[in-house]
Amino acid sequence: MPEPLLAIDGLTKTFHVAKSASGNTRLKALDGISLTVGRGETLGLVGESGCGKSTLARTLMMLETPDKGTVTFEGTNPFGLRGKELLNWRRRVQMVFQDPFASLNARMNAGDIIAEPWATHRSLYPTSKEREARVRELLHMVGLRPSDARKSPQEFSGGQRQRIGIARALALNPDVIILDEPVSALDLSVQAQVLNLLNELQKELGVSYIFISHDLTVVRHVADRVAVMYLGRIIETGATDEVFDHPRHPYTAALMSASPKLDVSGTQRDRIVLRGELPSPLDPPSGCRFRTRCWKAQDICAEVSPEPQVLAAPDGTRHLAECHFPLDSIKGLTGVTAAVASAS
Amino acid sequence: MKTAAEQAPVKRSRAAEAPAASSEAKAHDVVLQVRDLAVDIRTHRGTVRAVNSVGFEARAGETLALLGESGCGKSMTAKALAGIMDPVCDLADGQIVLNGTDLAALSAKERLKFAGPGLGIVFQDALTALNPVYTVGTQLGEAFRIHRGLNARQARAEAIDLMKRVGIPEPESRVNSYPHQFSGGMRQRILIAMAVALNPRLLIADEPTTALDVTVQAQIMQLLRTLREEGQMAVILITHDLAVVAEEADSVAVMYAGNVVESGPVSEVFADPRHPYTKGLLESVPVHLERGAQLKSIPGSPPELHDIPAGCVYQSRCPLVQDICRAERPALRPVTSPVNDADAGTATANVPSGGPSRPARTAACHFSEEITNA
Repeated sequence: MPEPLLAIDGLTKTFHVAKSASGNTRLKALDGISLTVGRGETLGLVGESGCGKSTLARTLMMLETPDKGTVTFEGTNPFGLRGKELLNWRRRVQMVFQDPFASLNARMNAGDIIAEPWATHRSLYPTSKEREARVRELLHMVGLRPSDARKSPQEFSGGQRQRIGIARALALNPDVIILDEPVSALDLSVQAQVLNLLNELQKELGVSYIFISHDLTVVRHVADRVAVMYLGRIIETGATDEVFDHPRHPYTAALMSASPKLDVSGTQRDRIVLRGELPSPLDPPSGCRFRTRCWKAQDICAEVSPEPQVLAAPDGTRHLAECHFPLDSIKGLTGVTAAVASAS
Repeated sequence: MKTAAEQAPVKRSRAAEAPAASSEAKAHDVVLQVRDLAVDIRTHRGTVRAVNSVGFEARAGETLALLGESGCGKSMTAKALAGIMDPVCDLADGQIVLNGTDLAALSAKERLKFAGPGLGIVFQDALTALNPVYTVGTQLGEAFRIHRGLNARQARAEAIDLMKRVGIPEPESRVNSYPHQFSGGMRQRILIAMAVALNPRLLIADEPTTALDVTVQAQIMQLLRTLREEGQMAVILITHDLAVVAEEADSVAVMYAGNVVESGPVSEVFADPRHPYTKGLLESVPVHLERGAQLKSIPGSPPELHDIPAGCVYQSRCPLVQDICRAERPALRPVTSPVNDADAGTATANVPSGGPSRPARTAACHFSEEITNA
């Protein structure tokens, strides 16, 4: 395996909050996250609200300081950098936000929005001529017209605004772009346009994506590998097809099963409908965090927190799951639904 | 916001004689018939038509999906049905026949009395739809106090029963809690409970799970199915999610720029779309594709409401556009479906044989016969 571009190891982030029902004031948003992202690769990050996806994104953007754990980017730890080196690191990791209506300054025109990162990173395009040319080039890359540079965000549709957000992220020629739900605010027909654009840009520029989304259909389409988060932990990770076709953690299986499918062949699909809702991250269950909603939970699940297990994947890719009783990979989802049905 | 019943104050004593809504309907009976519905919005740029000659039927025990992208008029249609439009909107035309009575012809007061118990609506965002300063018990009991004339204690007992029905744990103690003390999924359950409190014949669910996580969405959809079966309600599900339509609905009306452009049984419409917009939507979903393969997308974006072209509403994005499309707006007309003809026996899975006729397949396209579906 080639050296990953970005490696995260044991990342932990605790927030101090007002007292919860149980008197707990520590919210462990990230609890020992380990991940790698290769060059030119797309890592899909899925999980429900409150699972820590956004905190992870913010930590990678250095907007939060982790309590423990390391981030290694091409062999260096960005949290140890200062001054120019830090500035250069920031240039290399950029972000596209979910809401294209909130993430663009309504008082600036599109060209200024795209050029704004260069106000900090002056050396990149020092003359105004270069900057103007580069703005035109970026607009072209994301499928907008050069004349659009003078329009303000209100004059664009949602899909066009998201293109501007992408152009702004590309302005600093980053190596990694964190895409936080980049298409979930867009209509379906426009969503396809933006996904196509992201795909073309990746092929052209070799940039890595961390693609955060709750939409499993979209993640399956874009991601090379996928990591599933639950209450601050990554409970399963592996090659996308492997995780989608042979989920080994019960939560992943439930998540896949709960997500509606566009299939009108009339075949009745068995569904795992989980009991209850996500526990509060302030008072996570002891041991395995999923045990309160898991149909396979045993006594050991309450006592011992499962370690990530390397599981045999038929295609030889690395597949990890944090579960004392991982699911049988051969049976796939059909076997699981039968087991759930007999348990409930 | 409350259920449609509770939008305006009404004197308790009179409303108590509201017609019983729980008269049993047989499965697949037409509960609601909408014809030529038109809604205008008064804006500072002039009056625009947000919903234009929309028609459909909802049947007892079945789910009709109104499918479309933002701004297509699906929520506006729901609000028009429920009689809770914004003050700048006018019902310009059309009939809304619920259980044989045309709601559009009723006065506001009559409508409240009739539609209150007969029609329930669930909104997308449960936190803004619930009143933060009243306990959920008070809000759940409101329908019983207004329409059934129950006193506070009786209404509270009904509220607890309702909470049990929609699967809220420990209803006896939670009845005194406020909306913010519940999770998103539980709030949505409370909203659903309010909508079904008086056993309506028709339940309108406007994007009921869009704000929820997928595992909770599955729970809420299961609850809606159960309630639909129990009460033989007709459900109108408003959504932009094709997969939700495929899983939950029996029939679908696809809306674009205020118009229904295609309708029919979901299994047939999705297997063999007869309108280029439906086809384009279905192809925009990334399924069964090589990773990273080019997705088919619909170029451009929907027209602005004040700028709807003469002729077909979809002309600016349509791959099949011809001169006639720019000159003449195609009417919604019956189309034949090869799927339907080929295996008419199996395609009727949703309606048992011997039942009333299935919803017809219609499409509003000059060239609907020429659409090829691989």
